[in-house]
Amino acid sequence: MTLGVVMLVHTALDRAAQVAKHWAAAECPVVIHVDAKLDRKTFEAFKAQFKDAPRIRFSKRHKCEWGMWGLVAATLSASERLLRDFPEVGHVYLASGSCLPLRPVKELVSYLEARPQTDFIESATIADVPWTVGGLNEERFALRFPFSWQSQRYWFDKYVDLQRRLGFSRKIPKGIEPHMGSQWWCLSRATLTAILQDPERPAFDRYFKRVWIPDESYFQTLVRRHSETVESRSLTLSKFDHQGKPHIFYDDHLQLLRRSHCFVARKIWPGANRLYDAFLSKDAAAPTIAEPDPTKIDRIFAKALERRTIGRAGLYMQSRFLDQHWENGVTAGPYSVFQGFSDVFDGFEDWLARVSGCRVHGHLFAPDRAEFADQDTAANGVLTDNAKLRDYNSQAFLTNLVWNTRGQRQCYQYGPGDSQANNWLMAKDANAQISVISGAWAIPLFKSKRDFAEVRKEAAALQKTESEFLDVLRSPWAKARIRIWTLAEFVEAPMEPMQAIVDEISVHGPRRLSEAPRMIDLTGFGQFLQDLRNQGMHPNVMGDFPVETDTPSAPAPQQRPYLVK
Amino acid sequence: MRLRRKRRILRAVRKSQQLRRVQNQTNAIRPDDVLLVTTVRNEAVRMPYFLQYYRDLGVDHFLIIDNDSTDGLMDHLAGQPDISVWHTKGSYKSANFGVDWMNALKRRYAHGHWTLVVDPDEFFVYPFCDSRPLKALTGWLDNASIRSFSAMLLDMYPKGRLDEFPYREGQDPLEIASWFDAGNYTISKNLEYGNLWIQGGPRARKFFPDTPYRAPALNKIPLVKWDRNYAFVSSTHALLPRGLNLVYEEWGGEKASGVLLHTKFLDTFVHKAEEETRRKQHYAQSFEYAAYAAQLKDQPEFWCKWSEKYINWRQLEILGLMSKGNWA
Repeated sequence: MTLGVVMLVHTALDRAAQVAKHWAAAECPVVIHVDAKLDRKTFEAFKAQFKDAPRIRFSKRHKCEWGMWGLVAATLSASERLLRDFPEVGHVYLASGSCLPLRPVKELVSYLEARPQTDFIESATIADVPWTVGGLNEERFALRFPFSWQSQRYWFDKYVDLQRRLGFSRKIPKGIEPHMGSQWWCLSRATLTAILQDPERPAFDRYFKRVWIPDESYFQTLVRRHSETVESRSLTLSKFDHQGKPHIFYDDHLQLLRRSHCFVARKIWPGANRLYDAFLSKDAAAPTIAEPDPTKIDRIFAKALERRTIGRAGLYMQSRFLDQHWENGVTAGPYSVFQGFSDVFDGFEDWLARVSGCRVHGHLFAPDRAEFADQDTAANGVLTDNAKLRDYNSQAFLTNLVWNTRGQRQCYQYGPGDSQANNWLMAKDANAQISVISGAWAIPLFKSKRDFAEVRKEAAALQKTESEFLDVLRSPWAKARIRIWTLAEFVEAPMEPMQAIVDEISVHGPRRLSEAPRMIDLTGFGQFLQDLRNQGMHPNVMGDFPVETDTPSAPAPQQRPYLVK
Repeated sequence: MRLRRKRRILRAVRKSQQLRRVQNQTNAIRPDDVLLVTTVRNEAVRMPYFLQYYRDLGVDHFLIIDNDSTDGLMDHLAGQPDISVWHTKGSYKSANFGVDWMNALKRRYAHGHWTLVVDPDEFFVYPFCDSRPLKALTGWLDNASIRSFSAMLLDMYPKGRLDEFPYREGQDPLEIASWFDAGNYTISKNLEYGNLWIQGGPRARKFFPDTPYRAPALNKIPLVKWDRNYAFVSSTHALLPRGLNLVYEEWGGEKASGVLLHTKFLDTFVHKAEEETRRKQHYAQSFEYAAYAAQLKDQPEFWCKWSEKYINWRQLEILGLMSKGNWA
């Protein structure tokens, strides 16, 4: 027994001829169906080159249009001819002109000889098929489709609409239950003969002529009626993208295809010289008896699909610029924002960098320049510290920084004196960890010893700005990890919150803080606030700061507060 | 918009009268050929490598407009069977910076062809360009019913002063200008034409730190399956009809895109900036070139320790400057 091939050819005739000769050279008869849309002259020229190849024959030509009956009619004619002309054929393999055998034909033949009764055809009941694109699952079988989807789209849509509105539904012929699957199959002689010679076939053919994409359902349905053993998978490796179009293989897929151990793959790009040379060469690769295993290829195409439909979170670029709320990740990774901490602690940035292992910047959105870590004038991706460039597109500045530093958490100081353009972006970003000591901005004012009238005016402005930011953070749309303390609350017990924050971001994992930053001396701060009040400016964001006691409770301000274990 | 498009096309037809045919090999163009259209002015030194690069990619025919070059351009082009040349003394500026001329040529010769529009200092890079020819890309785009392909301009620069490494004819300019800015680009949407407006890179940070909005646009759509009713609006930044500008995804996911490696910053640039400032034939009174010339006197260095050295398209893909989309 041997294997016979039915080959449906539309374009790229040279490649089809090359592959047909390859099958024939391995003593597999081939019946080629050439699309009737191809002009006669080209067809005759194509046919002429097989004059001396007795195992290669041609079948009656039909017009093949995607999704229409022609493809099935072509397959039926070619199968009939193949079974009639070549009685030694035990299995029939349906292939296209852009299919390429990846393993020596002998291996496929012996694989099939070991399974003489088995029919390899993907065949699933329509209820269980998730892969169809564009809906029309059950409707493929319940409506009539006399119009081509590709060339008569208008009438196609209109007619589907009309039938839906009329509640039209076709009767499925007795004795079959619709199944669907990949159109590339390999059937045993017995099964294929039974399908071709079924006394009910005229009725089935009449029915399937008006089914949509019958090449994915005709044999898949009828095989269930006749076959003893259906192995519901295709021996042809064939992958489809999200638009339902087949993925194409190129030269750089060579190793991948080789290691897949699949027998046949489609679609091969006609220009893929390396693939054709490698797989059709005489000195075939070392024979194997491995089972086909396309997992690696599956994974690559699944990844490609994900890239196209979801994309890389936090990336804004020329071919991915998502509408607001569709970003699926405002930024590329987690980062931390600290408001007020560098006002409360001396050397907070250095301390945080030490205990957390993160990159800690100063005020990135300061009015005069972006204060990058280490006093650098630029950062990853050549983001510069120029404030005008930064403020030209603040959002891009932040999303770029986070994207450019993927894998390393960025921390930066923030405050009411900075550009507030990114308040909403940060608040709505689940990647942001925002910690605020409200009212801490008053400490530098308190220390500045500037003219009090000026201080009062600035304090009023800063308080207003901070209140607005707090409103944003407390809005129901905020998705960031947000912590807010008033200054009064915070100085009472500073280390507990600090521990929680550092635990969340530290690259070393949760670890007891053994070293605490030094808190600024707040002696007289309560009085300072009272003075503001007396001037008619009521500072409220810092909470209830007592006028008398300087720092409300231990630890003493001059000492470093150590944690008690 | 339809009116605007018609006006563009009319303009192109009118301006095409300025073009004088020097060498016409367009009979050799076959139906599936990929074409390349470019405008050249005194860039003969770049021609040998430029032609080689695009021939290797699989460009079948070059349509070249010579804007009155005086440096022996034709020595490189004469007699070549895959190159057609037109000459013009017309004003680059009044021809909408060459766009009208190119629209006219494409209308006549590029209908139904995949057509690449690049400058002589731009090198097109797309996903898998090291293993798949241009026709693999255009075939894939055809299959996916995509008509236009985006490739943003990526300014390349040398490490050191521009005049430190003189460019030799035939040399790969990327050997000199092999560095770029990886992640300082800003994007906004142009609501009028629906295209993205991308700015940033070394030119924005060196020449326009105080006026970022004047920094040059880096968005480009250089590869289009041309139709005689299409028209570029300004350079290759935007097209009409507007649907062609939707080369980006708005609802999640990434479309496939490439990059134009822009090797403007060679030693030849210093001279060019001076000349172009005098000629005032470039966009916005050559404001851009004036800014360059002013600064080039003190020989600015673009390179800094955060600059990235170019390796290949995969690197650009990982950096998020281009995307494979669902091409695998």
